[in-house]
Amino acid sequence: MLTLESVTYRYAGASRPAIREVSLRLAATDVVGLCGPSESGKTTVCLVASGLAPRTIRGALEGRLLIDGEDVAGRPMHQLVSRVGICFQNPTTQLSGVSATVYEEVAFGPMNLGLSRGEIVARAEEALEALRISDLARRDPSRLSGGQMQLVAIAGLLAMRPAHLILDEPTAELDPAGARLVADAIGRLAGEGRSILIAEQRTDLVARICHRVLVLREGRVEREGRPAEVLSDPRSRDLGVPEPSAVRLRRRVVEAGLDAGPVDRVLDRGATAIGSRRSAGA
Amino acid sequence: MLVLVAVVVPAVLAGILPRLVRTSLLVSLPIAVSAVIVNVFFFPGGRDVILQLGPIAATREGLDFAVQILARIAAISGAITLFYLTTRPADLVVDLERRGISGRAAFVANASVQTVPRMVELAASIVAAQRARGLDTEGSLGRRLRGIVPIVGPVILGSIADVEERTMALEARGFTRPGRRTLLWAPPDRPAEWVARWLLVLALPLLVGARAAGWLG
Repeated sequence: MLTLESVTYRYAGASRPAIREVSLRLAATDVVGLCGPSESGKTTVCLVASGLAPRTIRGALEGRLLIDGEDVAGRPMHQLVSRVGICFQNPTTQLSGVSATVYEEVAFGPMNLGLSRGEIVARAEEALEALRISDLARRDPSRLSGGQMQLVAIAGLLAMRPAHLILDEPTAELDPAGARLVADAIGRLAGEGRSILIAEQRTDLVARICHRVLVLREGRVEREGRPAEVLSDPRSRDLGVPEPSAVRLRRRVVEAGLDAGPVDRVLDRGATAIGSRRSAGA
Repeated sequence: MLVLVAVVVPAVLAGILPRLVRTSLLVSLPIAVSAVIVNVFFFPGGRDVILQLGPIAATREGLDFAVQILARIAAISGAITLFYLTTRPADLVVDLERRGISGRAAFVANASVQTVPRMVELAASIVAAQRARGLDTEGSLGRRLRGIVPIVGPVILGSIADVEERTMALEARGFTRPGRRTLLWAPPDRPAEWVARWLLVLALPLLVGARAAGWLG
């Protein structure tokens, strides 16, 4: 379980906090979405939850970050990386720049941990398989498409075998094809019962994979609940959260005086499907 | 001259001489131009005037010194460019680590090699974006200079943001963990490379000694 307890974070030199009294719980198989307009605090929540703030990105933290019930305030970053992994928007800046092949890039994290060669190989192959990119293993990572690079970045995180994955707008800087590639992969990871916190502007993906959503505005959690409820609520749109396609379709259907029942079922399908897959796997 | 030969011969053997000349010129041209202007026109103690331009004069002594400086700039930029064009970053980092250099030091060495091409790439994408918004980067010198201003800021800020993100990504993958990393492979060290390396190491004290004795001018 990853828990933020009433977290307020102010970056060094900033006059006001980027997030205020944010609380969230990410259990072992939870997929939680963070939505909100730009500057609403999504990235800051991700940085605090990963431990990078305040360790790497300096600032003042109030509240607590708990991982599996332990307050990790005193732990250095390298002790957190096997428990929480974070993926950023820009795929190119996540490449180490020192790996000649995708395989080495995915193995970079386990190599840093000083694991045995056998363990590194096992983890790298497992992560490549999980993202279905084993065929890219011998390619030069710097010559991949943006979507492929982002998959390599996520595979690099999986190779660290973290209990929780944090994805900070992983499709934001990708073209539509790349975004679809990454969204499909994230959908599969969510379906496998991994614990994921995902900040995302593309609410279609959130509606599809998350079973809980938090809406942020000006650093505060304004709304929280199931995607079908939160994302179809007109108040979320007023908070700057774009409607998922299905919600927009439902609104148009209702405005046209037609039956919205079938659309409602589509809205609930993602969370239900994930829930049923977990039940089957349990 | 010796260094230039040491750069040109390997570049010819590696088939990268045109790229080496192009990249080396690109990197060293601004400093070379300013070095020539300063030395030709403002060389202290220059007496033999070869060109008078109003209150300032170009001197032969200054020109001689400028040629020496140019040779040194060409040698340094050529050697660095040769290294950059012939060494894979992964090979450099792994080999340094294999020889006991810390992972961080090896990474910094690699990052410094990669900084220039990254900034060039970033600048190219920003120039393209600014042109798409109607920025004029062609035409007269005045227009070009005005066009630089909206490009320099984003390049510098983008580079800073880039470094911050790279740092976070490395931290998130355990790069700051104390202790040795596990290396999966070592770059091949062929006999010819081994011999060349040791010849260079032996040549270093000989050249320093020859220079100190005045045999190299």
